[in-house]
Amino acid sequence: MITKVPPIVTARMGHEDSHTIGRYLATGGYEGLRAALRMGAEAVRAEVDKASLLGRGGAGFPAGRKWGMLRKAEPVYLVVNGDESEPATFKDHLLIERDPHQIIEGAIICAFAIGAAQAFVYCRGEFALGIERLEEARDDAYDHGALGHDIFGSGFSLDLVVHPGAGAYICGDETALLESLEGKRGFPRIKPPYYPAAIGLYGQPTVVNNVETMSNLPWIVLNGGEAFAALGEGTSTGTRLFALSGHVNRPGWYEVEMSKTTFRDLIYAPEYGGGIPHDHELKAFVPGGVSAPWFGPQHLDVALNQDEVGKLASMLGSGSIVVMDETTCVVRAAWRITRFFHRESCGQCTPCREGSGWLEGILRRIEEGAGREADLELLLDVCDNIAPGLGWPPKQTTICPLGPSIPSPIASGINMFRDEYLLHVKEGGCPLRLAEGAA
Amino acid sequence: MAHLAPEVMHKAREVVALYPQRRSALIPICHLAQAQDGWLTPEAIEDIADLLDITPAEVEGTASFYDMFHTEPVGRYVVTVCTNIACMLAGGYELLEHAEERLGVRAGGTSADGQFTLEEAECLAACDMAPCLQVNSRFFGPLNDERFDWLVDDLAAGKFADEVPPHGVLSRYERRHRLEAQRGGVSAPRKTRAGAATEAAGDDAPKRGARRIQEAVKKAATGAVSVRKKAGR
Repeated sequence: MITKVPPIVTARMGHEDSHTIGRYLATGGYEGLRAALRMGAEAVRAEVDKASLLGRGGAGFPAGRKWGMLRKAEPVYLVVNGDESEPATFKDHLLIERDPHQIIEGAIICAFAIGAAQAFVYCRGEFALGIERLEEARDDAYDHGALGHDIFGSGFSLDLVVHPGAGAYICGDETALLESLEGKRGFPRIKPPYYPAAIGLYGQPTVVNNVETMSNLPWIVLNGGEAFAALGEGTSTGTRLFALSGHVNRPGWYEVEMSKTTFRDLIYAPEYGGGIPHDHELKAFVPGGVSAPWFGPQHLDVALNQDEVGKLASMLGSGSIVVMDETTCVVRAAWRITRFFHRESCGQCTPCREGSGWLEGILRRIEEGAGREADLELLLDVCDNIAPGLGWPPKQTTICPLGPSIPSPIASGINMFRDEYLLHVKEGGCPLRLAEGAA
Repeated sequence: MAHLAPEVMHKAREVVALYPQRRSALIPICHLAQAQDGWLTPEAIEDIADLLDITPAEVEGTASFYDMFHTEPVGRYVVTVCTNIACMLAGGYELLEHAEERLGVRAGGTSADGQFTLEEAECLAACDMAPCLQVNSRFFGPLNDERFDWLVDDLAAGKFADEVPPHGVLSRYERRHRLEAQRGGVSAPRKTRAGAATEAAGDDAPKRGARRIQEAVKKAATGAVSVRKKAGR
């Protein structure tokens, strides 16, 4: 169903100058912060709890609960995760470049709610323009009195630092991000402690929240948690920003109401993806970032609801959907995703470091015509060594979730397209490419 | 004698002051050093180690973990072509192949004239303009062979001097504010890039800030608003 709900995080995107303080203030900017300061920290936390705002980074952990888990110790830090690197995800990139003030206002509201002494926005290093805009927005927020000493005369003070990354997918993991922010290699931290809320940045209690999560806060404070929870269904409330790419007529970002909209709507509706070019058939799609097991045409009518997708053994994850049409070689697609994990594995844990390389090699030889029938079982066996049982959510043999994500495209791909894998072996290479060569 | 120029060292010290612990400044300062030299030189690494009170091995061992830091010289333009899933479906590998041909180097190499370093990139988070690439961290896309050739010609002719800064320059924004929450006031008079004191006295800063904001709001209210198309950047 296509529901007409007002956009929450993309309301300003119609303006060319959406990133400027002028446009931001002319469109209600920093009013949410003023309201939050009037309400008090406890009331803000209550509204966010009522909103049932699920973290928009990938894990979908309720933001309110994350805040509630903070160990009682001073100082508390807020870290905003803008290290968006999950392949095919580009929604945070949009929010950073086109509405940096919204992120900063959300961060100030969050810092106020949790009593943070300092906030850091960790921005992916490759987003050079985004970093420039975040820095300008930060300075303008200081000039406006929204940052620094005694914000809007409320007695609350906060400093915010824009911190550039330098190119490492693993730093999107919250504990790796904290290591990186401390000036070290982005190695995810050994658990326990499980949550940065107990031991985070510099060993202090820390909240790490995604850029889109922060961007929702000004609206929630201004309109109330109930208004947010009235959108969507169940625990998947509000709207969500989806990044649509691959074989669609209109790749791009779309903010839609959660739970009401389906994958079919997003891919085929004229106001969203507009269908597949040349009227090709849909073969498969990635429902939530490449760490998510693939879906097929039979899943098109599944609602964009975290629990629904979870029940079907995949995830909405980072909110990116990649459409693959009938011309796509599923072995090649799985190989490319696996190659990514291999390159981005930080190398701490053997199953991930070694497993990703072996899987990439086996997939490559199947694609290039040197595969054997036993390779299918070999692939699944290596996958099983990384995530035993190959269930969902995957069992973990590694420090962080990168490792157990590696089997997702492979196991789900073999499950759906075993015959195509076997055809690669039988015909001595990719049947699609061989046909292309013959034509 | 430090290898990093005095103004770079000055900026680096300002960055250190932003963090509760010195070492947090490592990545931002490596970016500053890379902006000066185009790559992360051993001499710069020594300076950074001195500044952060750690060993050069710790600096290099950390920096080499990150894709954006180059510990060997690179070309004037570092072209990173994305071949990850969304770009691959849109012809990313064909684009990379064409780029290799056009520039006369394999991915990972630098052209003979020292102008272009070509790299295969992981997803750059711009899949709505696939296949895409970056030149010195600035986005271009969607591209095909012909547009790639135009881009290379224009870069070589210096036509993108404004959009594409030299390799290593991440942010061209000059910071106005430092940590102020604890200090209970506004920034002290700060230095310009050249190192000369600005005319601004600390007391005038809030007024000037407020004026800047007022002007910005007025501009937004009166300026013609061009409405963007729904999708795309």
